[in-house]
Amino acid sequence: MGKAGERLTKGAIHLLLLAWAVVSIFPLVWMLSTSLKEKNEIYTNKSLIPRNALNFGNYVEAWTAGGFSRYTWNSVLYSAVVVTGVVLVSTLAAYGISRLDMAGKKAIYLGMMATLMIPIPGAFISIYIVVSHLGLANTRIGYMLPMVATALPVSIFILKSFFDELSREIEEAAIIDGAASFRIYWSLLLPIARPAIATIVILNTLSVWNEFMLALVLFSETKLMPIQMGLSVFVGQYTTQYELLMAATSLMVLPVILVYIAMQKQFIAGITSGAIKG
Amino acid sequence: MNPISLPNAPIVKRKSRKLACRRYFNLLYVLPALALFGVFSLFPIVKTVQYSFTDANGINPNFHYVGLANYRSALTDSQWWQAVGNGGVFALLSLIFMNSIALLLSVAVNANIRGNQIYRVVFYIPPILSGIVVGYVWKWIYDPKGILNAFLQGIGLGGYTHAWIGSTDTALYAVAVSSMWQGVGGSFILFLAGLQGIPKEWYEAAEIDGANRLQKLRYITVPSLRSVYTMVNILTILGALGIFNQVYAMTMGGPGYTTEVPALRIYREAFTNSDFGMSSAFSIVFGVMLFILSLIQLKLSRNKE
Repeated sequence: MGKAGERLTKGAIHLLLLAWAVVSIFPLVWMLSTSLKEKNEIYTNKSLIPRNALNFGNYVEAWTAGGFSRYTWNSVLYSAVVVTGVVLVSTLAAYGISRLDMAGKKAIYLGMMATLMIPIPGAFISIYIVVSHLGLANTRIGYMLPMVATALPVSIFILKSFFDELSREIEEAAIIDGAASFRIYWSLLLPIARPAIATIVILNTLSVWNEFMLALVLFSETKLMPIQMGLSVFVGQYTTQYELLMAATSLMVLPVILVYIAMQKQFIAGITSGAIKG
Repeated sequence: MNPISLPNAPIVKRKSRKLACRRYFNLLYVLPALALFGVFSLFPIVKTVQYSFTDANGINPNFHYVGLANYRSALTDSQWWQAVGNGGVFALLSLIFMNSIALLLSVAVNANIRGNQIYRVVFYIPPILSGIVVGYVWKWIYDPKGILNAFLQGIGLGGYTHAWIGSTDTALYAVAVSSMWQGVGGSFILFLAGLQGIPKEWYEAAEIDGANRLQKLRYITVPSLRSVYTMVNILTILGALGIFNQVYAMTMGGPGYTTEVPALRIYREAFTNSDFGMSSAFSIVFGVMLFILSLIQLKLSRNKE
């Protein structure tokens, strides 16, 4: 191919990439633009630029009158507790399975991984049944425990793969010194596993932050609802207050995008390893 | 606590009985995981199977076994099959359009173009959003008085303005477009990981042998990408058929049942109709269908190799 042809291909590739970048971003720009417009402006002003670009009134109203401060706090709490739980439980299990002699560990591991292969689309119904049997419907703990449980297989898989790669020599010195297995886990392997744990933290924070289905079936009390459910307060059967809705979605999306841009390497590693899983 | 036990550790031989104990003691490490997994993952599956043979309504703890009645009505329910069909439309459109765009983009980004890092980051923004947020944002774009219609009017295509998700002829495709918009980035990132995993030396060796662009594509890129391609296709099919949040936010299955999807039906059956028996039967039928689909996909790709 000639030089001109090469340049033409490069140009076409740039055009394609740029076009999709615009398509990817536009709905979010439109969301932000709407969130800064006045109530009487959103149906008349079709430009991207709001009449008053510094009008944060919708944010204030969504945060206070719409009750978004409460939903945000709930989601922060759920994310923190669930992710801590997942990290503790899955590192313990992965360490045991990968590094220790244990009865029936192969069966245990394969059993957990099998649920990754079998999709259960109605899982939220059966989780609802079990949670209400336990008397935990409409409680925070009844919402968080199933989320920890659902997150375990992928997290254990990622951690076990990580531990399997480590050389046995790492523990040998400690064993000869007579260190207990729990101490080896806590002060030796846990610090080494930091990159894998970071992946798990990102993967699970995102999925708890974005969780909707389980909350929908488990919560009837508004004060317990996470952020994704909180949005519905702006959606009426006939009219939707889009200026408030878009302010609320901007509030929940912007921190995620900022963290993503700051930590994109770990993010993408987390998501691809979560997807590849087998 | 006990010392760690390794097969080649020197303490092993002398204390074989203690070692046997330790094999069980070490189970404590997986106990929390097993307990949670058992109660909230395994037990629900058992419950779903059980409920699918009953007339449970979710409120009254007493229920009766009804044999295969739920399955019989599930399999002959035309609305259910319409929902499955809608999921099938999403899956088909995604396999064709979404994954083609994703593949094209991944090849382009992999071509070592200036700014490819930025493109990679931008393309993965939609997938990190929640389905609910994506649903509401697109509902606003599709609004009869929204930006899409305003844009059409602006470029002189005012005749094409439409109630995109409000009318039966376009609702399904409008939802499909928004879900594909979100999904491109996921397939893209997996394709890109696959492309980057191909050793550069293979291309260099092929060039030395005089292979042209097309030959390199056919003999190196395509075969190397096959397993990634299978995985992306399986994830696409499962994702499209299992869609819930976006439909919930955008249309709730309407107008009529034109955008009804299986997960929404399963939800409604339990929480609107209080028929947990039917809801469970639908979940089982659907789960089995998805499982078979992924097996077929895996088989097909194995045969090609």
